[in-house]
Amino acid sequence: MTRPSGLAIYAIAYLVFLYLPVLFLPLFSFNDGTIVAFPIKGWTLEWYRQLGGQDALIGALMNSVIVGLLAATLATSMGLFAARAYVRYRFRGKKASEGLVMLPLVIPGIIVASSMLVLFISIGIKPSLTAITLGHTFLALPFAVSILKSAFDDFDPSLEEAAYDLGSGVVETFRRVTLPIVAPGIVASLLVTFTVSFDEFVLAFFLSGSETTLPVYIWSQIRFPAKLPNTLALGSLLLLASVALLVVAEFFRRRSAKSTFGGSK
Amino acid sequence: MVNFKSEASRGIALSGPATLYVGLLVAAPLAILVAYSLWTQTYVSVDRTVTLANYREAFTDPLVRYLMIRSVLIAGAVTLFTVALAYPIAYFIALKARRKTLWLLLITIPFWSSYLLRVFAWKLILGFNGVLNSALLSIGVIDTPLTFLLYNEFAVVLTLAHAWAPFAILPIYVSLQKIDLSLLEAATDLGNSAVQRFLRVTLPLTIPGIIAACLIIFIPTVGDYVTPSLVGGSDGKMIANLIQVQFGAANNWPLGATLSLLAMMSVGFVAIVFVLAASGLGRRIR
Repeated sequence: MTRPSGLAIYAIAYLVFLYLPVLFLPLFSFNDGTIVAFPIKGWTLEWYRQLGGQDALIGALMNSVIVGLLAATLATSMGLFAARAYVRYRFRGKKASEGLVMLPLVIPGIIVASSMLVLFISIGIKPSLTAITLGHTFLALPFAVSILKSAFDDFDPSLEEAAYDLGSGVVETFRRVTLPIVAPGIVASLLVTFTVSFDEFVLAFFLSGSETTLPVYIWSQIRFPAKLPNTLALGSLLLLASVALLVVAEFFRRRSAKSTFGGSK
Repeated sequence: MVNFKSEASRGIALSGPATLYVGLLVAAPLAILVAYSLWTQTYVSVDRTVTLANYREAFTDPLVRYLMIRSVLIAGAVTLFTVALAYPIAYFIALKARRKTLWLLLITIPFWSSYLLRVFAWKLILGFNGVLNSALLSIGVIDTPLTFLLYNEFAVVLTLAHAWAPFAILPIYVSLQKIDLSLLEAATDLGNSAVQRFLRVTLPLTIPGIIAACLIIFIPTVGDYVTPSLVGGSDGKMIANLIQVQFGAANNWPLGATLSLLAMMSVGFVAIVFVLAASGLGRRIR
C-alpha cells in the first residue's frame, strides 16, 4: 500500500501541469528584469509599486468592480427566483426553462459577443459599461441558478409551512425562515458570478466603448513588451483575488450544505 | 390561504424573469444576426436589400472555408487530447483516491483564474526567449532555442487542453462515480482481466460522461478567440479571428454576422453527428 501506483503518479504530474504554468506569472512578477526568462535576475517589488500610479488601470479596475457587482446582483436575484421555482414547483415548460437558462454556458464566446453587439446597437444601446453588464448578467445566470438550486435542494419545505402555521405572513416567512437558510447559497452565488464577470474578456472586448474593464485593459497591455512586468504584477494580483473569492464562496457553499443537517441556526 | 395561487403559476412567475432574460438575449440577437447576414455592407452604410451575397462570398472564399475547417479540426484535436489526458485523472479520483473532495477542489481551482491570464502564461512559457527555452538552455539540454513551441497549432492545442481540463474531468468523474461496483466485481469473478474489465464494463458505462465532456470542450473551442490570437500566430488563426475582424477593422458587419451563423451551424452539425456516432458506438460495445 505504501508504494504509489502509476495512476497516482500520473495524477500528481497532471496537477503540476495544471498549476505550474499559472504560477510562472507571480514568479516572474518579482523578477528584476524586463524579459520573462531564466535565470531570474533578482527580486523586486518595483512592478507592483508602479501599478498604483497608473490612472487607466485604476479606472478599468473600478469599471470591472462596478460591472461585476451589478451583474452579480442581477444574475443572483433572477437566479434566486428561478432556482426556487425549479426545486419547489412543478409546472409546464419547467424542463425547457431549466435547459434554456443553462444555454449561455455552451454558446461559443465569439457568437455571444458578436450577436449581442448587433442586438444592442439595433435597440440603441451603445457599446458601454451598461452593455457589458447586461451581457455579463446573461453569462453569469447559469452559475447563479445551479448554485442556488443546490441551496434550495437542501432546504426542508416543512420549515416554511411551520412558519405559516404559526401565523407568519409571506414576507415575514421569507425574511425570517427562507432567507437565513438560503443566505450562504446567495453569498456563494454573488461571489462566483462576480468572478465570472470580473474575469470575462471576449464579450467585454466587443461591447466596450470608451470605458473598458480590467481584462480588456490587460489585453491592450499584452502587446507592449515594455509593459510586460507591470502586466505580470497586475495579473498576479488578479489571480490572487479570483482564488480568494472562490475559496470564500466554497466556504459559504459548504456552510449552506451543513446548516440543513444541524437545523437552521 | 397561503397557496393563493396554484403551484404551476407560482413556478412560472418565479422562473419567468430568468427564462425571459436568457430567451430574449438568445432569440433576439439571433434574429438580428440572420437579418444582418441577408444585408450587405456598402462603403459607409448597410444596404438593407435582401440578398444571399454574403453566403455566396462565405462559401466561395477559400480563406473562410480554410479557417472554418481548421477551426473544427483544431477543436477536434483539443477535445481528443483533453479528454484522453483527463480520463485517467477522473478514474483515479472516482475509484482510487481517498480524499476525493480535496482532489476535486485542486482540479477546479486553476479554472477560476482568468482565462486570459492562463493563455498569456502559456505565451510566456513557449516563447522564443520564453520560460521553457531559457530553462532548457541554462541547464544545457539544448544549444539554440526551440522554435516549434509557439505560434502554431501545437501551442493552441496545448493551451486549450490546459484551459479545459476541469470541464473534461468533472463529467467523466460523475459517470464513473455512478458505476455500480458490484458490476466490476462480477466481471472479475467471471474471469476478466483488469484490461478486459475496463474495456467491457467501465469504459462503455462512462460513454455518457465522455460525450458530455467532448461537447463541453468542442463547442466553445470552435469559436475561441483569445488562444489563437495570443499563441496561434499566423498558422494558428481560427474562424473567431476572422469574425472579430469583420466587426472591427474590416467593418463588414453583414459578413461577420454570416460567418457567426455559419460557425454556429457547423458546430451544431458536428456536435449532432458526434453524439449520434458516439452513442451508436456505445451500444455496439455493450
